[in-house]
Parts: sequence; structure tokens; C-alpha cells
Amino acid sequence: MAEHLLRVEKLVRRFGGLVATDNLSMEVVRGELHAIIGPNGAGKTTLISQLTGQLMPNSGTIHFAGRDITGLPPYRRSGLGLARSFQITSLLRDFTAADNVALAAQAHAGHSYRFWANAQKERALREAAHAALARVGLDKRANVPVSELSHGEQRELELAVALATKPQLLLLDEPMAGLGVTESQRMVALLKELRKEVTIMLVEHDMEAVFALADRITVLVYGGVIACGKPDEIRNNEEVRRAYLGDQHAVTRHG
Amino acid sequence: MKSALNLRNVVAALVIAGLVLLPVYSALTGKVFILTMFTRIVILALAAASLNLIMGYGGMMSFGHAAYLGIGGYAVGILAFEGIGSGFIQWPVALIASALFALVIGALSLRTRGVYFIMITLAFAQMAYYIASSLSRYGADDGLTIYKRSNFGSLVDLSDRTQFYYVCLACLLGGLYLIWRVVNSRFGLVVQGVRSNEQRMQAIGFHANRYRLVCFVISGTICGLAGALLANNTDFVSPAVMYWTRSGDLMVMVILGGMGTLFGPVIGAIVFLVLEELLSQVTEYWALIMGPLLLLIVLFARGGIMGLLGRFSRG
Repeated sequence: MAEHLLRVEKLVRRFGGLVATDNLSMEVVRGELHAIIGPNGAGKTTLISQLTGQLMPNSGTIHFAGRDITGLPPYRRSGLGLARSFQITSLLRDFTAADNVALAAQAHAGHSYRFWANAQKERALREAAHAALARVGLDKRANVPVSELSHGEQRELELAVALATKPQLLLLDEPMAGLGVTESQRMVALLKELRKEVTIMLVEHDMEAVFALADRITVLVYGGVIACGKPDEIRNNEEVRRAYLGDQHAVTRHG
Repeated sequence: MKSALNLRNVVAALVIAGLVLLPVYSALTGKVFILTMFTRIVILALAAASLNLIMGYGGMMSFGHAAYLGIGGYAVGILAFEGIGSGFIQWPVALIASALFALVIGALSLRTRGVYFIMITLAFAQMAYYIASSLSRYGADDGLTIYKRSNFGSLVDLSDRTQFYYVCLACLLGGLYLIWRVVNSRFGLVVQGVRSNEQRMQAIGFHANRYRLVCFVISGTICGLAGALLANNTDFVSPAVMYWTRSGDLMVMVILGGMGTLFGPVIGAIVFLVLEELLSQVTEYWALIMGPLLLLIVLFARGGIMGLLGRFSRG
């Protein structure tokens, strides 16, 4: 039996009368790429936000690396090795690409109550930043302010920032959102590389990418899990077809 | 970009040179008044620079910064009144009292954001104002006269106009140097990161509010020093130094000079206070001219005067 890196049990989150996460249980096994799919409003981002601690569940538990993290604030979870990328690009816009990544490295390299030495001259941080940027192919754009990067580059930078925190689990919230065809292909290629090094939980609308990448897929509908399994099983699952895929030929075509 | 930085630096260097040489000019021309005026400007520039640390770099719009001017001032005034004249005691007490005040109101008000933060810092400063007004032993509303300036033995004589001016200038330059180091340190980058995107900073592993609070305390402490200087300058401290309009003046200086630029608050303080002086000579309704002037700057020069300098040299 493989080790569970992340285990979610009976998670519930309500917004007023709306149940956004409905008694949800799931596991992510160490080393896999686990995709979460589901129609709009299925509660995917709500789930991610609870995993990272931006949002507290009403009930249920979250275990990460064998430890109950349900009540921990986001910065503590990051310290344990849980990293996320944001669906809506969420970078420090007035900082350069390298600064963004260096700050992430700084968060995990000693404390930051150092008031005197110039942090932008800290070799170790700069090198970690450049390594992470090189990992996503952005090393040539290191000194460009984020506001001048293209959308695709910003998505890649999101990944570099997450990587720089040396995560055990990478939560990617729609990394392909808004990308063109070639950019998407680059991102898929990049994720194929990264999955060798780190466990990934991927929330994505791009079915082609999901079925190309995922080891396992969990399908959410109305905040609950309706199916979980290998891509083939999901593709052939009657309930999934009815509830979500419907007549989406894009999926069957790749069967 | 490089040349923009250079023009700004040239202006900053010229201003510093001017401030250093000012007592010479004052002595040569016999205009004592100008030295007195610039002593006040230099002190308030230090207060504005400390506000800029949280407002410009930290994104915390404190509307109660004048409270520290009062706390620093009252620390000096009360100790002098009780017979403790040594500056070696008065000034550290002023700094510690300001730091503690900042720690308490920071811990409470940093739970809020935006308009609520502005209102709660304002409320705390007004509380300090009313507390000072009720200190009947120390002059209450009328304020407290300081008969003897802080005594630093043979080190420096604060009652000497020129020496006092240079002490104030040294505090300003020292404060700016400190802020410059802090802003570029690990700590400073985290604080600026939190200003830019708090959620992101939490997600990569920073306890955002704790960094905010430490920054808030550093800023308040520096402003407490300005308060101690101001009380020595006027030989007097009263609740009026903490009034909310004074907090507003400090904000205007920062915005006028350029938020988030190291030297902006100094330029802002000089322009604001010199304009106030000149306009008030022309008419007692000087605020009628000052107001629209500030409006123009805010509308057409977002980055303040430092921002304008940057834009001109970029062409």
C-alpha cells in the first residue's frame, strides 16, 4: 500500500445555504499526479483553499504527511511542504521575477528578522531563485518586473515560486488557465518533468492535459466526489459521463 | 531607468548638502529665523520618513502617527518636569515608550485592513490626545513648558541653536540610513511583499502580520525620537502635537514627496512646511491655496515629487 501524503476526510464547507464542499473524502498518494476535475462551481477552488489554509472547513479533517493540519494557518502549511499556485495569477507585481522566487526561497531558508544586510545580495537566495527559474525556463527573464511578463510567463513564474519553497506536494489551481495552444503544450511538457520530482495535485479544465498527465483523477460534482480512479476508468464511468463529461467528444476521442 | 535614479539622487544629494550648509548661510546673512524654521522642518521630515516606512513600504495607512510625536515629547517633558534632565535617560525613555505604544496599538489595529485600519489608528491617536489633555499635573490642555533642554553633559549643548540643528540633522540622516538598510534587508523585502500581495506571502510561508507589526514598531520608535527632538525644539509639549490634523500633515508630506521612496518624505516635508510658511505670510487663508495645490499633485503626479523627477528624466 502506497503512502498517503494527503488525506482529506469528511470535509464540509458551507457558504450560507450553499454547501461548497459536501462531506468530501479523498487521498493523494506520494509520487502521483492526482487531477481534480469537475464542472464550474463543483467546489474545486474551495477545496484547494481549504487544503492550503486560506479557508477553514466547517467540519472534517485534513492530514498532510501524517499530521493533522486542519487548523494550521497557511504559512505553517507552507513550512511543512505544501505549496500552491493560484488560479488567478497572484504574484508580487512590482517585484522582478527573480525577486518573487527569491522571497519564496527566503521563506524556507532561515528566518527573515534580519534587518541590516541587503537581501538582494544574498548569494544562496539568488542562486536558489535562478535554479527555480531555470527549471521552468524563465532564467533569461529573471530581472524583468512581473508586470512586464507575458501571461504565459507569469503562469510559469507561479510554478517557479511554488517550487522554490521545496514542496512535498504541489497544488496547482488551473495552471493552463488563459494559455494559448503552444503555451499549454509547454506547460504540459513542464509538468511531465516536474512530476518526477514532486507529488502534484492538479485542478484543471483542460481535459486533454488532464488525461495526458494524471495517474489518478477525482471527479467533483456539487462539492462531493462522484468518482475516483485511473484515467481509463474515469473515461468509461457512466455516472461521470452523465454528470459531467456529457457529450464531450474531446475526452472519448483520446480514448 | 538608470538616469531616473540618478536625477533623484542628484536632487537628494543637493538637498542634503543644502541642509548641511544651512547654518553657515544663516550665520553669514544673520537670518536666525531660517535656522529655526529648518530645525522644525528637519524634525518633521524624520517623522514623515518614519511614517513612510509603514505607509509607503508597508502599505499600512496609519492616520495616527502624530501620537508618537506626542509620546516622545511628553517623555522628555514629564521627565524634565520631575527633575530628570539627562538626555541619556529622557531619549531612551521616549523611544521605549513609543515602541511600546506602537506594539499595543499595532497588535490591535493590524487585525483590520483598509479604511478600518485608518480609522482605528486615528482613534488610538485621539485617545492619546485626550489622555494628554487630562494630565492635570502636566499642564493638561495648556501643555507643559520645558525649562531646560535635554542635558547631554559636555557631549553636545542642545540650547545652542546650531548644535541642536546638527543633532536634528544627524538624527534625520541616521534615520534615513536605518530605513534604507531595513527596506533592503530580508525583513524589508518581506514587508514590501506583504504590501504587494498578502495572500501570496502567506502561501509561500510568511506570517504576514508579525512582520507588519515589527515594521509598525520600528516606525513608531523612529517617530518617537522625532517627538523628543520636537519638544526640545519648542521647549514645550502640549496635546496639540498629537491632534489628528498633525497626523494628516505627516501623511500629506509623505504623499507629496513620494510614497515608498527613501528621500521623498524629506522633500515633502520641506515643500509642505516652506509653502505653509510663505503662504501664511501672504494670507491667513493659506490653506485655501495649499489645498488645491495638493489636489493637483495627487491628481497629476501619482508618485509625488520624487515620481515627477523620475518621469522627467525618462523624457
